[in-house]
Amino acid sequence: MTKILNSRQKDFNIVIVGTGGQGLITLLKILAEAAMLRGFSFKTSELHGLSQRGGSVECHLRFGKEIHSPLVMAGKADLLFALEQNEALRACYYGSKEKTTFLVNKFSVFSAGSSGEVLSVDKISKALKKFSKKLILLDAADSVKKETGAVISAGIYMLGYAVFNNLIPLSSDLVLEAIVKTVPEKYSELNKKVFKLPLKVQ
Amino acid sequence: MKEILSNKPKKVILLGNEAIVRGALEAGVNFVSTFPGTPASEIGDTFAALKIKNQISKIKNNFYFEYSTNEKVALEAAAGAAFSGLKSLVAMKHFGLNVASDALLPVVYTGVEGAMVVVVADDPGCWSSAQTEQDTRYYAEMAHLPMLEPSNPQECKDFTKLAFEISEKFKIPVMVRTTIRVAHQSAPVLIGKIANRKSPILKITRGRFSTMPPRVLEMKKELLEKLEKIRKFSDGSKLNQIIHYPLSNIQYPKFGVIASGISYLYVMEAVKELGLKLPVLKLGFTYPLPEKTIRDFIKNFKKVLVVEELEPFLEVQVRAAAKDVNPKLEIFGSPPKFSNEKFRRAGSLPKIGELKPEYVLEAISEISKRKSQFNFKTHQQNFQKLNLIERFPNLCPGCPYWVVFSVLKEAAPKNTIFGGDIGCYMLAGCPPHNIQDWLISMGSSIGVAHGISKIQYPKSNIQNPKVITIIGDSTFFHAGIPALINTVFNKSNPLIIILDNSTTGMTGHQPHPGVGKTGQGEETRPIKIEDIVSACGVKNLKIVDSMRREDLIKTIKEFLEKKEVSVIIARSPCIFIKS
Repeated sequence: MTKILNSRQKDFNIVIVGTGGQGLITLLKILAEAAMLRGFSFKTSELHGLSQRGGSVECHLRFGKEIHSPLVMAGKADLLFALEQNEALRACYYGSKEKTTFLVNKFSVFSAGSSGEVLSVDKISKALKKFSKKLILLDAADSVKKETGAVISAGIYMLGYAVFNNLIPLSSDLVLEAIVKTVPEKYSELNKKVFKLPLKVQ
Repeated sequence: MKEILSNKPKKVILLGNEAIVRGALEAGVNFVSTFPGTPASEIGDTFAALKIKNQISKIKNNFYFEYSTNEKVALEAAAGAAFSGLKSLVAMKHFGLNVASDALLPVVYTGVEGAMVVVVADDPGCWSSAQTEQDTRYYAEMAHLPMLEPSNPQECKDFTKLAFEISEKFKIPVMVRTTIRVAHQSAPVLIGKIANRKSPILKITRGRFSTMPPRVLEMKKELLEKLEKIRKFSDGSKLNQIIHYPLSNIQYPKFGVIASGISYLYVMEAVKELGLKLPVLKLGFTYPLPEKTIRDFIKNFKKVLVVEELEPFLEVQVRAAAKDVNPKLEIFGSPPKFSNEKFRRAGSLPKIGELKPEYVLEAISEISKRKSQFNFKTHQQNFQKLNLIERFPNLCPGCPYWVVFSVLKEAAPKNTIFGGDIGCYMLAGCPPHNIQDWLISMGSSIGVAHGISKIQYPKSNIQNPKVITIIGDSTFFHAGIPALINTVFNKSNPLIIILDNSTTGMTGHQPHPGVGKTGQGEETRPIKIEDIVSACGVKNLKIVDSMRREDLIKTIKEFLEKKEVSVIIARSPCIFIKS
């Protein structure tokens, strides 16, 4: 089941946000690989170095017929993965009422050295509504832990959710193939299982 | 790894930095040196992995790789290989070129026998850089160093290969300059063939590479002659091309855009978003600038927008050319005077921080009067109203520096002045630690500490503060040693704490001279920091386990009373080092 980008919408813009160490780059690589397998033109942008260490992390992926910029423009994200709820707020820069679906993991990181007001999920949701067409909150970590015992892979769960709910124009077969190509072999089965979990949970 | 080594022409996903490695392999690079620095780190790391992890002996034996002590030494090593008729590549981040520049400028004078490519990555927005928001392009002009600027991974590969060709043809080092969004951009890259190894030829004849008067001025003359030939090459090069022609097809014939590197990609995206067909001059060969190409491009327009990140490097040249060929031309780009506002006047671009595609769209929209469907200004205003938490990067859980920083707060008197240096431990300047009073450049913790320690305040006024500096092991080897010698030579008494975690942590755990392993995985004699410190004449020296609080506190208190410089080597491996 391969979905074709509809003719009006030329490019598909994804922004992934979270905090360092949450596996954002793996998620980005899987998506890029899937876009490659599908034959799209695509660009990614990632950040390396000190910015990874517990700080805010932001990755971009754009695919379509002809992609130039690796960065998504302000307000132009089609899909926004927030692996951490406070970072979802920061990602509003890329969101708009016209087109953006926010997929937010209900998970909060507030480490030593962070400052500012930590908002409740309700307050965050309220703010996000001004920058999104659709807002979906997930308990990714909880669902993954309940079903597999693993405490990671929240990003893969969210990816599964996006694919099986048609939030992303890439088929589940392609994404599964991309997962196998991208993650180390010993984690392949676990990741495939987590990817398919959202089907079961619904 | 498998993909980057494929020898069949096909498309593979590569990061800009990996594509540079691939380009070098396709050019037949023999000798690679680097000092790690983000956003250039993955270049060295990929070469290192090719030497250590890859099984294909043919490719493995094609080249030599090293992590050098610092960027100047790395550049010198690459020059030595290129003097010997080989093809060399040296990679560094922008600040690295500051260190290497002392050797770079004369090597452009002497020229090379083989080929030499200098890859430098800038970091607009300072995502991974503490010092300044430096624009490396001015080095090209100052050093008379030919410069290519790729905008995407495909160009990273192609331009690197071409840089070797230009270098070999004109016997001059050539720079490939990237920025963070090019270096860390991934996309499908069509790869070619990996070239065979080139053999060295002994052409180091007596005096050939010596820049001594009066020869140095003859060399300058030869260099300037060479540059005129290269300028012609640049003018005819496909790297400089006009997109969206012929003119008959253009809706706004009075307005053109000039861009290079990542800026070009933002221009193309903005033009697409606005549904415009503007002529765009894309510059890939930016020193020597293709003057004729630029003059021809600007002569018929009423308005030109120069899109570039950081400084108005191209814009100044365009303004100069316009004086001759089109004095009435209105030129947009960097705001003429600095102002806090991002858009000081319609059509101008911000002077601070990295460029973003929406800034370029705004500028083009304002100049062309083509409205964007999406109101970016309102969007930005709404976004600014959000209550965002501020995050600082953290030391890893279990990092020995947690102990050292907390001990420093406990053991040092209140008025202590703390020096910082470049590495993970610059997080000392962030909450919750907040023990850093200056951070300048590699090794400067010690150099500045000496200066501060020499100041004598009048006794009645204030008590002389204690000065404590922290510097990492790799940074100490890189630039700390001359400064330490200076503190001994010129008799000051800071307390210097060398944090020895047996690796170059921040940039991805590369080996350094104290580790006992080279960049290509060979055993080598580890150089002991304590031996160097003693040899520099430091009398007060102790090695303490970074995890032992009490020992650290005791030693710090004892050394703070000393009249001569003292050094504590706080030793405990980075948590990522497998024992």
